[in-house]
Amino acid sequence: MKGSAHVFDQGSLSGDPLSILDQAGRLVAGYEVDGDDLRRLYESMVWIRTYDRKATAMQLQGRLATYSPFFGQEACQIGSVAALADGDWLAGTYRDAGAMWFRGYSWERLFLGRTGDERGGQPAEDVTVMPPSITVGGHMVHAVGLSWAEKMKGSGKIALTMFGEGATSEGDFHEAMNFAGVFHTPTVFFCQNNQYAISAPREIQTASDSIAQKALAYGMVGYLVNGNDVLAVREVTAAAAERARNGDGPSLIEAITYRRGPHTTADDPTKYRTSQEEDLWTERDPLERVRAYLADAGLWDEPWQTELEEAAGVAVETAVGAAEALPKLDAGNFFDAVFENPNPTLSDEKAAAARRLELGEA
Amino acid sequence: MAELSYRDAVAAGLAQEMERDDTVYMIGEDIAAAGGVFKATPGLLERFGPRRVRDTPISEEAITGAAMGAAMTGLRPVAELMFSDFIATCWDIIANQIAKTRYMTDGQITLPLVIRTANGAGSRFGAQHSQSLENWAMAVPGLKVVAPSTPADVKGLLAASIRDDDPVMFFEHKSLYATKGDVPDGEHVEELGVAKVRREGSDATIVALAAMVPRALDAAERLAADGIDCTVIDVRSLVPLDTQTILGSVRSTSRLYTVEENPRLCGWGAEIASIVAEELFYDLDGPIVRITTPHVPLPAADALEDATLPTVERIYQTIKNSD
Repeated sequence: MKGSAHVFDQGSLSGDPLSILDQAGRLVAGYEVDGDDLRRLYESMVWIRTYDRKATAMQLQGRLATYSPFFGQEACQIGSVAALADGDWLAGTYRDAGAMWFRGYSWERLFLGRTGDERGGQPAEDVTVMPPSITVGGHMVHAVGLSWAEKMKGSGKIALTMFGEGATSEGDFHEAMNFAGVFHTPTVFFCQNNQYAISAPREIQTASDSIAQKALAYGMVGYLVNGNDVLAVREVTAAAAERARNGDGPSLIEAITYRRGPHTTADDPTKYRTSQEEDLWTERDPLERVRAYLADAGLWDEPWQTELEEAAGVAVETAVGAAEALPKLDAGNFFDAVFENPNPTLSDEKAAAARRLELGEA
Repeated sequence: MAELSYRDAVAAGLAQEMERDDTVYMIGEDIAAAGGVFKATPGLLERFGPRRVRDTPISEEAITGAAMGAAMTGLRPVAELMFSDFIATCWDIIANQIAKTRYMTDGQITLPLVIRTANGAGSRFGAQHSQSLENWAMAVPGLKVVAPSTPADVKGLLAASIRDDDPVMFFEHKSLYATKGDVPDGEHVEELGVAKVRREGSDATIVALAAMVPRALDAAERLAADGIDCTVIDVRSLVPLDTQTILGSVRSTSRLYTVEENPRLCGWGAEIASIVAEELFYDLDGPIVRITTPHVPLPAADALEDATLPTVERIYQTIKNSD
């Protein structure tokens, strides 16, 4: 990226969010784009949108227990983690399947988790991605611990934690930010401000002008970035990651985006927001602006789009098939998973549960 | 009598008390515009306005702490914690502050507040969203603990909890929200600390709470067909605990079974078993038997969750096959 790189070094706490590619797919003055690089980012966003659609449909068919769509937040999902290096940690939420996949957490395991199978909570050996945090906020503190440990080890690795604007109302946010500031940990706090926490709009979460400005009080750099602009998201995250890696401490990024879907498939957004507002954010779609830029540059056409969607569709279907083909967990598995070493009380209860399951009663 | 669902009875109980007493107000996440994530509070925002029905940030510690502060001034706040599992995020406020303030001010400060929360399994929400935590609350001196099993009790016990001058943890059961039952017309208020005999029988006493009550009743019907006639007691309130109703029944049946959704160790039934063993040891015809969830985090998968909780079949088999 060329141009106003200094903006990304200094941070920005309020005002217009930093942007590189505007809503119509035009470059903001002063920036250049590598077409192949942007095509790769676009491809990843198409892939995760395909996953998101499939997962939403599967939940409605009763094949997933619950699902929290990230539809509309694809630039945050990809732009943030595209700035990480091998071995860096990611600690995200139940709405961050796109980012988790980009960092190597397989779709098969992501699906498995959402079917209610605890094996979905196991990242593969070489994947430095925490399982998704189901309760709100606790994982931000984990990211501080992860990055603190890497700092003590001198590994040069960092941790990035993703959370929503609603999570900044939890006490965990304050304690994580404060710890990170005090211990100068290599942590990137990445807030996806998607405007709603279930039904609660951004306005009732905080009276601050921005969430980014909270960085100031914890002695760290803050960024306000357009979360639907994948290039800008990656650029600010790269600046924050570089500072963390160089020993210059933690940063807070607020990425302004929109949860175009419901909170979960059990939620009805028409009760708390207008279709006019939804339309506004449809126009700001994170994929469409990239597609428009690429098309204008002669780097996008319909056949390529179809090819991407088909390839992603096949990959998603394969993952679904693999997840659904795994032998089911039985009672033994979850009793064995409670402690490292079994204790007699649990062993008795396990035997009793196994007998009940064999009887087929429930 | 009108037939209401358990979830509608929550709104009906709140409306009854808010209509009667304008110091009663509600705070919690997604309770106003969205009507609650379990749809237990719809229509209250429209009826009582945003001053008394308040959506909050995702801040359980502030929700419960602010309820405590408001209660100190004489208001009667009803705070909602979306899932009972989230009491762990504000346990300092509940267990150290709310529960102990009356004692530490030698009775000067009363805290007439209610914390409503969706408790229990059945929705396949996994280890962090399906727990039965009534026994955590029961272990803290200074908290009252209520867990209704029927729509009528939801309304009547919620009203009693709101009118009570002490802090009450009110555990609504997720898997009962859709169930229906008759609720008395007009003002309906029950009494805290009074258990309810749901079925009379002479051979054994089954003590159950919340979602385990209908299961115990179904098991009792099957046992009756086998010639074993059981009394089923709905405990309704763990603190205060109606030991007299339980002891009176066991004195006549000489057998006690508890049916508990909480994990086995230190579940509420252990306390009842202990009381009965102390008081009625020589009246018992057999060992007291506790039918509980094993001491494991709850699995998310439907078949495994079902196999983990006490089922009608397990209650039936346990009682039928006991010594």
